[in-house]
Amino acid sequence: MTRRTFLGMPATAPPGVGHLRGAESFPAAARRGLADPQLRRNLRHATTTIRAKSGGVIAELPDWEQLRAAGAAIKADTLARLPELLEQLEARVTEAGGVVHWAADAVEANRIVTDLVRATGVDRVIKVKSMATQEIGLNEALVAAGITPVETDLAELIVQLGGDRPSHILVPAIHRNRAEIREIFLREMPGVDPTLTDDPTALAAAARRFLRQTFLSTPVAVSGGNFAVAETGTLAVVESEGNGRMCLTLPQTLITVLGVEKVVPTWRDLEVFLQLLPRASTGERMNPYTSMWTGVTPGDGPQAFHLVLLDNGRSAVLADEVGRQALRCIRCSACLNVCPVYERAGGHAYGSVYPGPIGAVLSPQLTGIEDNASLPYASTLCGACYDACPVKINIPELLVHLRAEAVESHRRPTAESIAMAAAAYAMDHPRLYAAGQRAARLSRFAGRRGRGLPPPLNGWTGSRDLPEPPAQTFRDWWADR
Amino acid sequence: MRIALFVTCLADTMFPQAAIATVRLLERLGHEVAFPQGQTCCGQMHVNTGYQRDAVPLVRRHVDVFDTYDVIVAPSGSCVGSVRHQHAMVARRAGDERLAGRAESVARRTYELSELLVDVLGVTDVGAYYPHRVTYHPTCHSSRMLRVGDRPRRLLSEVRGLTLVELPAADQCCGFGGTFAVKNAETSTAMLADKMRHVLATGADVCAASDASCLMHIGGGLSRLRTGVGVVHLAEILASTEQAATSRAEILGSTEQAATSPAANRPAARP
Repeated sequence: MTRRTFLGMPATAPPGVGHLRGAESFPAAARRGLADPQLRRNLRHATTTIRAKSGGVIAELPDWEQLRAAGAAIKADTLARLPELLEQLEARVTEAGGVVHWAADAVEANRIVTDLVRATGVDRVIKVKSMATQEIGLNEALVAAGITPVETDLAELIVQLGGDRPSHILVPAIHRNRAEIREIFLREMPGVDPTLTDDPTALAAAARRFLRQTFLSTPVAVSGGNFAVAETGTLAVVESEGNGRMCLTLPQTLITVLGVEKVVPTWRDLEVFLQLLPRASTGERMNPYTSMWTGVTPGDGPQAFHLVLLDNGRSAVLADEVGRQALRCIRCSACLNVCPVYERAGGHAYGSVYPGPIGAVLSPQLTGIEDNASLPYASTLCGACYDACPVKINIPELLVHLRAEAVESHRRPTAESIAMAAAAYAMDHPRLYAAGQRAARLSRFAGRRGRGLPPPLNGWTGSRDLPEPPAQTFRDWWADR
Repeated sequence: MRIALFVTCLADTMFPQAAIATVRLLERLGHEVAFPQGQTCCGQMHVNTGYQRDAVPLVRRHVDVFDTYDVIVAPSGSCVGSVRHQHAMVARRAGDERLAGRAESVARRTYELSELLVDVLGVTDVGAYYPHRVTYHPTCHSSRMLRVGDRPRRLLSEVRGLTLVELPAADQCCGFGGTFAVKNAETSTAMLADKMRHVLATGADVCAASDASCLMHIGGGLSRLRTGVGVVHLAEILASTEQAATSRAEILGSTEQAATSPAANRPAARP
């Protein structure tokens, strides 16, 4: 599966291509989101709504916890024998008339897809919403090759027309309200009615008119996949709008880019995820459209099917015994919707197509910790994400694990590492520790209630008072009793 | 019962009133409290910031100090969470399987205060008196790492004179998160602002919790805004008695109050 290796270790996603790295650290990028009250309102409204809806339909199921456990177990089993399952998938897809391609990373995957599109002679493709193709920056690669990709998921279309980046896995335009969407449509959508209002039905109708025309005139589609069943070589896409189904059935050629972790062993396993995903994700009992296809069917649907199996750092994640649980992720975005940090900072702060808690653990693993070292710290470890995850990814545990990696990746001591080592030394020597407590007590004479501490501690005192250290520590009180 | 107190470094240094109240409370209930010498810190700050190697001696020290006690209590959901969910992991990562086993054994005997009272000592009415409007913040580590559930509220509901008022969005994190409050100060502040808004909306006199860290954070924010609303540790409420309501010294001995504790500002304010 992994073709390219470096010193025997699986390769991580290459820099310079795709969208897994931000230009800034999380705290710097978060500043913009925090300073935008409209964004904060949009985000709070949307996440609160989805959270309530999801909570309601999850509460209907008496066996939700067992389903979560089953989902986690199936994924763990799949990851434990991933090479074998992928080879089985390849064999079944090939037997069914599809062509399987293996892509070690984003560069290779983009080249494969671009070459396949070029071979058809078209200069435009329709796209089904896909995180994998965003991850590898496929749209940019296609544009560079003179091919126009048209996103057909409504929210993705809004983001694409707005020249914007998605800020949520499930609701990419979560940061936009309907007035902003109307403006984007009026400005960028070909053939749009100039009297368009910001009524949601009118906006949807405008997108529908534009998309219908595009569906009927574009013979090549690119999709991702939610699941791939190894035993039959069947691909599955779940969606809410039906636009994906149009792309999957109308064109002559269908190219699917699939992260290698998306494979499941059998059809019976799908049953578990088709219950978990919609309830955790959109708060629906069942997703409105479930499309499945196996290779090609003569005279019906696409007559050429290509499956691109994408690694792009996944083998590196798999190689980490603690970290590999991030590959269980079914991209439901439940962790984003409950995360207090995501809600305030917004999705763009994570610098990756995978925002929120799962992004904070997945992105640094795919790229290598050095390229996303601030992300594992973008959490208070409150644990809401772990409780919400339908496949029980222990995100807080992973965050702590990756923080240790971030620290160990430093070749030279930092101010923080020196302070931490000194604190640990003092805490391991009770007399020094007590002396430190006395020093803290003396410091209360030094300043006005702990205000105006030097950096980095001014991060605290900018908005909060530190309590004055009390005159007597507990251990002094105890000794005096 | 003989109960070893794990005071936690933050309570020892910044919130001694929470630890002193724990001692007073347990003694009032007829138990013997031991304070094992040599204890310092569980190492959570190091582990949660990524300095797991630095935490290894702290885990070893903690295990050595507490290994001989049958029941250990800490007035902190967060530190008990660290003992229960991190100590063995830190030892294993350092390749010390023996230490990991001993850490697991100590963790099994370590309880957060409300767990100890309800599950081990079988008591919810501790005979406390606290004539204030109180709202309760059920800290993330107490509720999600330890699953203490409604234990603190069951204890509070038996306190005479106390009016418990519902905190909106109670399960939302206050934004502390240890070094998060420094590394991501602006996001932390935004979360704190919402928490304070909810606390103030309740009209409570004080916000109570079972973690000194969250209390320091919320109290620090409320103090900066000069809201007049203070923070108080669950142990302080449970240790309060009718006598103590008129004489703060009864609970706190000679210890001076930290700036953010309401008891300092309004001893016996509402008889």
